[in-house]
Amino acid sequence: MISENKRLKNTPLHQTHKELNARLVPFAGWEMPVQYTGVIEEHLNVRKACGLFDVSHMGEIEISGPKALEAVQAITTNDASKLKEGQIQYTLLCYPGGGVVDDITLYKFSGARYMLCVNGSNTEKDFNWIREKAGHLADIRDLSNNFGQLAIQGPLSVEILQNTCNLDLSLIRYYHFREGNIAGVDAIISRTGYTGEDGFEIYVPWDKTVKAWQALMEAGSDFGIKPAGLGARDTLRLEMGFPLYGNELDENTTPLEAGLGRFVKFDKPNFIGKGELEKQARQGINRRLVGLEMTEQGIPRSHHNIIANNRIVGNITSGTMSPTLGRGIGMGYVETAFTPIGTELGVEIRGKIKGVRVAKTPFYTKKTVRVAANYNP
Amino acid sequence: MEFPKDIKYTKEHEWARTEGNIITVGITDYAQDSLGDVVYLELPAEGTTVTKDETFGVIESVKAVSDLYSPITGTVIEVNDALVDNPEVINDDPYGDAWILKVEMNAPAELAELLTADEYKKYVEEEK
Repeated sequence: MISENKRLKNTPLHQTHKELNARLVPFAGWEMPVQYTGVIEEHLNVRKACGLFDVSHMGEIEISGPKALEAVQAITTNDASKLKEGQIQYTLLCYPGGGVVDDITLYKFSGARYMLCVNGSNTEKDFNWIREKAGHLADIRDLSNNFGQLAIQGPLSVEILQNTCNLDLSLIRYYHFREGNIAGVDAIISRTGYTGEDGFEIYVPWDKTVKAWQALMEAGSDFGIKPAGLGARDTLRLEMGFPLYGNELDENTTPLEAGLGRFVKFDKPNFIGKGELEKQARQGINRRLVGLEMTEQGIPRSHHNIIANNRIVGNITSGTMSPTLGRGIGMGYVETAFTPIGTELGVEIRGKIKGVRVAKTPFYTKKTVRVAANYNP
Repeated sequence: MEFPKDIKYTKEHEWARTEGNIITVGITDYAQDSLGDVVYLELPAEGTTVTKDETFGVIESVKAVSDLYSPITGTVIEVNDALVDNPEVINDDPYGDAWILKVEMNAPAELAELLTADEYKKYVEEEK
């Protein structure tokens, strides 16, 4: 509520979005494009061709110095000692109680330099947290104002980016990165994304972001590249069952409850939250995040109750109409007794109980039959 | 943005077209544009009574859930079932194929309270 009243920040592409007639909305303290032509069209274009996202609201925090690894290990749940230079790791920052500060990606430039890509809504909180907990071990710098960030996502991303990039992209594997340039602009090029498609997240100097965007739009013009907004980013990640901080993750949820236990390594040196998480792993969790698909008409939405045996057994954290599947999908926390795939539950939508089933995630794979025949973008 | 002159409007962004005692109800071009891709509709059954300025259904886009408000009081005599199956038509043809309900009105005097195209257009421009 408070953030709504604060002055919104603009990304370096603000003017570009306006020229593209984007619908701009407040998000995480930023004025961001939610859509350009339509969420469904943009979503499907990412699945079949290529979408370009402005994700400059994401934060970048650098941890450097001789004890950088020690600092990283102290604050993250995954084991950073396993990372090679040029490799990326999905990991989490936790509170001592096991709740999540943020979910992040960790980039290893060298043993003495790491970069964290953090959620835009959490940058300041994360920076203060890391400085407080690891500032005595390493130099912690918030580089968020130095970097613009673009995400080029979709099956044609490689071909398009290769047209304007000096690196051989076939050498950059999934969850790896290299430093190079795009149309002469220095760039960190990372084979990662939030859509389930092949693609790259690209970090460029703030004041060169427009140039990089234009170069990519031009390189992709014959391939059907289109700008894509945060609306499509959200439906794409939901079809993959990827968690979003603030919805599936927050200070009151643990990585184990969120089904992210594989990113918590108890056999590494101590880290913040380890004790409580070990205890939870030993005692078992009471609720777990699951994927849900509607078996009746209707769309699950955040905060809807999940019902079984005439009582509330959980709640929805995210939901939408899946553009690819053509039906309502969502994620939510339910009591562990109701988590097996295929469990039939109810979701309370405007006072009525509609059928929903626990589903395997990702909801969408390459083999998924696309039923969005009604939409012809 | 279109504001046809032959229909009346509400501040909740519904429109009403009068043919004798029957009012056809839909949502405006401005409303569909603001909502974005419409993906779901929840509508009353035929025979239901709807009341002016009260909700009669729900419309959902990919991102948002909104109530639908009735421009007049009366009885629902027809529901656009084809629209329920293909809600995206609302984005293509909000004043034509995407009509939502036909209502037999009880109180024709209510019509005078609705906005003209010019009044609605002015209202929308101020709301922006």
